[in-house]
Amino acid sequence: MSAHGSSVDGSELGQLARFAVSPARRRKDRIARGSILAGTVIALIPLVLIVYYLLRKGLGAWSTSFFTTDPTGNTFFGGSNIGGIKSAILGTIEIVALASAIAVPIGIGVAIWLVEYGKGSWFAQTVRFFVDVLTGVPSIVFGLFVYIVLVVGTGSTYAGYKGSIALSLLMLPVVIRSAEVILLLVPAALRESALALGAPRWRVIFNIVLPTALPGMITGVLLAVARAAGETAPLLFTAAATLKTNFNLGGFMNSLPVQIYKDVTSPTTAVVNRAWGAALTLVVMILLLNLIARLIARRSRLA
Amino acid sequence: MTPDGRTQEVADVDPDSSSELARQRQDSSAQPSEQGPLRITGTATIPPPAAIGTDPQAKPALSVRLEQLRAFYGSAEQVKGIDLEFRANEVTAIIGPSGCGKSTMVRCINRMHEEIPGARAEGRVLLEDLDVYDPSVDVVAVRRAVGMVFQKPNPFPTMSIFDNVAAGLRLSSRRGGDMRAKVEAALRSAGLWDEVADRLDQPGAGLSGGQQQRLCIARSLAVDPEVILMDEPCSALDPIATLKIEELIDQLKQRVTIVIVTHNMQQAARVADRTAFMLGGELVEIGPTQEIFTKPNDSRTEDYVTGKFG
Repeated sequence: MSAHGSSVDGSELGQLARFAVSPARRRKDRIARGSILAGTVIALIPLVLIVYYLLRKGLGAWSTSFFTTDPTGNTFFGGSNIGGIKSAILGTIEIVALASAIAVPIGIGVAIWLVEYGKGSWFAQTVRFFVDVLTGVPSIVFGLFVYIVLVVGTGSTYAGYKGSIALSLLMLPVVIRSAEVILLLVPAALRESALALGAPRWRVIFNIVLPTALPGMITGVLLAVARAAGETAPLLFTAAATLKTNFNLGGFMNSLPVQIYKDVTSPTTAVVNRAWGAALTLVVMILLLNLIARLIARRSRLA
Repeated sequence: MTPDGRTQEVADVDPDSSSELARQRQDSSAQPSEQGPLRITGTATIPPPAAIGTDPQAKPALSVRLEQLRAFYGSAEQVKGIDLEFRANEVTAIIGPSGCGKSTMVRCINRMHEEIPGARAEGRVLLEDLDVYDPSVDVVAVRRAVGMVFQKPNPFPTMSIFDNVAAGLRLSSRRGGDMRAKVEAALRSAGLWDEVADRLDQPGAGLSGGQQQRLCIARSLAVDPEVILMDEPCSALDPIATLKIEELIDQLKQRVTIVIVTHNMQQAARVADRTAFMLGGELVEIGPTQEIFTKPNDSRTEDYVTGKFG
């Protein structure tokens, strides 16, 4: 009581010192925080620079005719009439759409099998292992594979659909793995209660599991689509490149990544600028896909 | 019938809820012709207090008999040869410490046990005379006859209240008949209709825990089962919600056979006609609830119900 009051300058200060942060710990804390912040900033620098150069160089190339005309292939005379990237935009959309139409149903089917039927069986484990291996395969290998099998192997030539097949192979492991993760998130209690109602397993999957997992699966699928849309290597010697807009997937087909690849190696400044414009276009398209994926994921009831 | 029901409610000054239940039961059995007004939609009509046991087309409840039932997880034997009968239209409670095999045994009755990888069961489970483990038996049909309510309320998150109740019928491809009437009847039987009638299109997950559990009961009732298994149906609920479920169990036994697993011995004493005590995967004893709690035959039962262990 009184002893408590009188001890203010004596033992109570001593008491406080017991809980005070020591200078050494303060220093360590600052160093740790500082290095984490520095790491973040270093990681951001290239990101910001990419966006900055894309916008500065790319926006300059953008115009209405840039999106509405095909490239002319006329890269001489200072590049006065080189044309736009219409065929590349439409080609990318067509090739990726077909690739998705192939990879998404198969990928989700595999994921359903792995989660609902295969589970921990040796065959399921083997499938998972090879899917993981497939995820790590460089994209150019898929291009080479399709080139050897469908271009050289059939003695024919390049075609849009062959590019789609190469891209679908690339997408497949991404779709399988993301769908599998989401399906595993669906609570087992939901499956159990549906089964306990006397529902056959396939109905449980289609009426309970898939609707619950749908938003998450759409996110995964769109991310796989975005990845495929940005790939050059699988398209180089499968769909090749062309100038004209082509709605026939059996013919040569232009695409944004391949157009960028060809343009950027050109000696003509205007053509290199077109590559920047096309790159910005591609980034904006993929950004839009990612935004859609995020919006859908926000509605997700899982995760 | 509306004024009739109201008058009685006003006249009845007895606060004892069990006598109210009894009255409601009398009410509904005395006026079996009142099944009709159930089909009237909307909230204006006040239904017979308990729309249970009055359906002339209702299937009779079935008894369940276990014969030397053994259940395994991999090589671990969780249920070690149980012989037990659950009588028709009775509530049988199963008590026992955690891990004694109560839930596993119950899940063997509707063959949900085998859904767990590596799990299997031996012995016989007889639904009246039908062995549900007979190779010719369709597991899906067994689960339609034997409904189940789980520990945690688990309405389907993508579905509305209406769709949750209709799910059982839709999932088992029995779309025939008036779906709305069936859903309403199931919700009334689960004592939930008055609370949700004006928001059937809202998500089932938006209800309170107790309402969700009654929604799950309604969902299993909609399929018109003859037996309902309840695996600790109140352990995630507060006392008031628990009381509602217990009143509901009391009404439902007129229509179905009920097996309820519970950790709560008071609950067993309140709702069960007979109680079984399990220990270490074996049945210690079964008898009228009163006897199990007051003069059990086995000393281990006595130790458990008096709180000496468990």
